[in-house]
Amino acid sequence: MYPQVLLKNRKKDRILSLEEYREMGGYKALHDALTDESFHPRQIQELLLDAGLLGRGGAAFPTGIKMKTVPDDAPHPRYLVCNADEMEPGTFKDRVLILTSPHQLIEGMILAAYAIDAEIAIIFIRREYETAARALEQEIGRAREAGYIGKNLFDSEFDCDIIVHRSAGRYICGEGTALLNALEGKRANPRKPPPYPTVKGLWQLPTEVQNVETLCCIPHVLKNGVDWFKTLAVSKTGAGTKVFSVSGKVNRPGCYELPMGVKLSEIIEDYAGGMLPGSRFKACMPGGASTQFLPESMYHARMDFDDLKNAGFRLGTGAVMVFDHKTCLVEATANLMVFFARESCGWCTPCREGLPYILDLLNRIEAGEGEVEFIPMIRQMCSHMNYSYCAFAPGAAAPVESLLTYFEGEVMAHIENRGCPFKIGKVN
Amino acid sequence: MLPETYKSELKDRLQKVGNPREMVVDVMLEVQEFYGWFSDEALEQAAVLLGMSSLEIEELATFYNTIYRQPVGKFVIHVCDSVICWMENGYGELIDHIGKKLGIGMGETTPDGLFSLLPACCIGYCDHAPAIMINKTVYGDIAPAKMDEIIETLRQEK
Repeated sequence: MYPQVLLKNRKKDRILSLEEYREMGGYKALHDALTDESFHPRQIQELLLDAGLLGRGGAAFPTGIKMKTVPDDAPHPRYLVCNADEMEPGTFKDRVLILTSPHQLIEGMILAAYAIDAEIAIIFIRREYETAARALEQEIGRAREAGYIGKNLFDSEFDCDIIVHRSAGRYICGEGTALLNALEGKRANPRKPPPYPTVKGLWQLPTEVQNVETLCCIPHVLKNGVDWFKTLAVSKTGAGTKVFSVSGKVNRPGCYELPMGVKLSEIIEDYAGGMLPGSRFKACMPGGASTQFLPESMYHARMDFDDLKNAGFRLGTGAVMVFDHKTCLVEATANLMVFFARESCGWCTPCREGLPYILDLLNRIEAGEGEVEFIPMIRQMCSHMNYSYCAFAPGAAAPVESLLTYFEGEVMAHIENRGCPFKIGKVN
Repeated sequence: MLPETYKSELKDRLQKVGNPREMVVDVMLEVQEFYGWFSDEALEQAAVLLGMSSLEIEELATFYNTIYRQPVGKFVIHVCDSVICWMENGYGELIDHIGKKLGIGMGETTPDGLFSLLPACCIGYCDHAPAIMINKTVYGDIAPAKMDEIIETLRQEK
């Protein structure tokens, strides 16, 4: 059993109360940071940078660097936004993190806000997570009463309030800049940086957007130190733990907190209870729907941002979706494209027009109407996705490109047999 | 029409925020709750409350998945059709079953105005696939028998 940090105090069917959180050393990091006069808020940025904390929302951007891009003389109010608009198929770790310990997130948010001197913190949460939103509102109220949120925290000059904002459901709202437009009450089209949100974000004021899991890590780094955080990982360049949300053809789907860099095979066999009876591992998406399929040759790969990047893949959010030998990957990819085509905001042409085009070709291949020349057509269209406005379209192309690269045989079998081999019943 | 007390309560809240526009999603959801769906009248009311044009509201109302610009039933059943639910064993049969049980297809509402059926993107309960959301409540590990039970319970509730 690996050390548990973020999910250590997970209770069955209930959240960790404020009292319990405090007994476990909760809010100590916040207390120390705000009462130690020799401690400058900028030191939080340095500590997070030294600890190697990378954003857990998919992009793996160093948290400390993002904080540093807020200029010293930037205007006020400044904003810290917690992105809890987790909507990528396969990803559910943020829901589990919030429902495990809302105060862990609240403390992380106040510390992150302190690091950039932000006085307003907002939790942007998807409508489907109403239970989590209610729990947060209730616990924010308790934290406010206890003096962890509000004005002159711990008798310092620092004020910070937390607001919960419920979205009405669109995947694109989780894109950092689209989220800001959504908060301003505009249509959630992404913005084109620069200026980056940390310079001109919400209402053109400095805004830092961070994922739930990233923020949850912050109190632990401050409390236990940089070296401790680094040693939690088992890969060379990784740091900390990672909460993997495992789903698909495994016996025990769920959230597992494991060291950064743990092997994929270990996650599946030792934690997710192995493959379902009668199922063999065929492929896995390591970090949600916008990452590539990992073929069987990657079964023992280390689940670390750098390791996967060096091998040409992405860890994304660590949402491990497991596909078995009986699942048709052409149809699965078409399903993913339905999601992306539907959820595209439609603002820019490559994404709006290109994704339905790819979906149509995949559907034809699946239906037995595929031609060999469809493959270069799909590849070419995927390459056009790089001309789009934000990272949505390249993310949508990732599973398609990896399907053609690693499972070309399966695609060709559809074309040559004039139909889906899985439906004709040739695969058992 | 929205009752005056309801309107003044919303107006009070809008006055407290820096820019009323930032509450547009909340206002749309609340006005929708009153009307049952986001009708033209609901849209006009929201526009007046927020000081925005009805075209601006329309742009947003048609953007979000849970703002309904067409009449829906009292219980809107959002059925996840994303990849993890889709590949659960028996998913296709489950969808057929729900349609038969209610006598409607996707995008339709039962004649008694109780249930609407809508496809939904991943609702973030892949560890309990297949999952559905009815109004604001999520149900996981759905099988035909469990679905029947949920529908019957809601019918009693009406």
